[in-house]
Amino acid sequence: MSDSKQHPDKECGGSFIESVAELLPEGGNLNMCLTCGACSAGCPATGLEDMDPRKFLRLAALGMDEEITTTPWVWMCTMCQRCTYVCPMQINIPQLVYQARQAWPREDRPKGIINSCDVALRNPGHSAMGASSEDFKFVVEDVLEEVQSEQEGMEKLKVPFDELGKTYYLNQNSREPVTEPDEMVPLWKIMNIGTGEDWTYGSNGWAAENYCMFAADDESWEKIVRTKVKAVEDLGAKIWLNTE
Amino acid sequence: MQKFGIEPKFEIESIIRLYARWVREGVLKVNSDWNVNNVKFTVQDPCQLVRKGYGDAVADELRYVIKKVVGEENFIDTWPNKSNNYCCGGGGGSLQAGYPEARRYYGKIKNEQIVKTGAPYVIAPCHNCHSQIHDLSEYYGAGYHVVHLWTLIALSLGILGENEREYLGEDLRNCGL
Repeated sequence: MSDSKQHPDKECGGSFIESVAELLPEGGNLNMCLTCGACSAGCPATGLEDMDPRKFLRLAALGMDEEITTTPWVWMCTMCQRCTYVCPMQINIPQLVYQARQAWPREDRPKGIINSCDVALRNPGHSAMGASSEDFKFVVEDVLEEVQSEQEGMEKLKVPFDELGKTYYLNQNSREPVTEPDEMVPLWKIMNIGTGEDWTYGSNGWAAENYCMFAADDESWEKIVRTKVKAVEDLGAKIWLNTE
Repeated sequence: MQKFGIEPKFEIESIIRLYARWVREGVLKVNSDWNVNNVKFTVQDPCQLVRKGYGDAVADELRYVIKKVVGEENFIDTWPNKSNNYCCGGGGGSLQAGYPEARRYYGKIKNEQIVKTGAPYVIAPCHNCHSQIHDLSEYYGAGYHVVHLWTLIALSLGILGENEREYLGEDLRNCGL
């Protein structure tokens, strides 16, 4: 530890926590910590990188911005919000973590997350696994044909694609079409019974995942969300349906 | 979307809530008759769906569907549960973050929670949870199976195809075929 880190007063006026508070309703209650430790006691990431939610917040409150914005712990915390849920003051520690992720230069953030974000940006379905819309459609049709020909009673199974005016636009995690396409079939069967085939997949924005959000890349995150919103609206669907 | 000031012309819904509605309304005619051997199931509450989404209400919907599908007596809840449940450690990008040891350390609590239920099956209605818990089961050697909810609903309805059983154990691989 450098000398300056041992004397937090030297870094006082450390503005990180204040800049985060400005972004949040009620300042995220970031200055209301009672130091009770309920957050850390129930956090599975406590102990990793010699860090825990309470310590993270205290470091921020003391203006020790360098520790906050460089610890890899922010990539181990899943921002699950259990700390906020159990906190008597409802302090928004996960937003502090998110903003700390954002403080990392993009090229230093975990490559796996950044790559998944970048790959998603390069295809119109926004698949983080790089599946093109044509691939997605091909896999769906391929699996569908097999089910129709081999499963009794499923000869007329339908999978609507890019159909206008359906109630539900169903999104689909890339994992199924890319690595285990048969897992989509029970979902189709249930959707058809539940909605009377009143649903559709779409060529645009079909992939459910969004790693740009995890990458704390607001601009790319927004771009992906906007494409997906447009895709649902262009097909005139009333409900955007998540499979989870 | 709120974050970006987007006001969409549609609503957003989780299929878990639709499952519950369809079961309640008799559209999905599920029952637990297939579970003659009383195979036990527990569940993971995805943070995104429950704590960060629709709260305990959707956790209750999830349990309602599961109990209808596997039989009330065959569902064993974790402790803690619902909004107070632990994150499995698969969220927030951690599966791609490149810290597998930290991710598994994080998941130790989840693994222990599941092992304590004694159930050989965990229902994980979230892709990240599914991947993470599947990995935890192998890594810590507990050997429980991790399944999607759609698999069990289709099994109960008698429409689960032979190739759609990747995550079922040997005991249920041929059930209803």
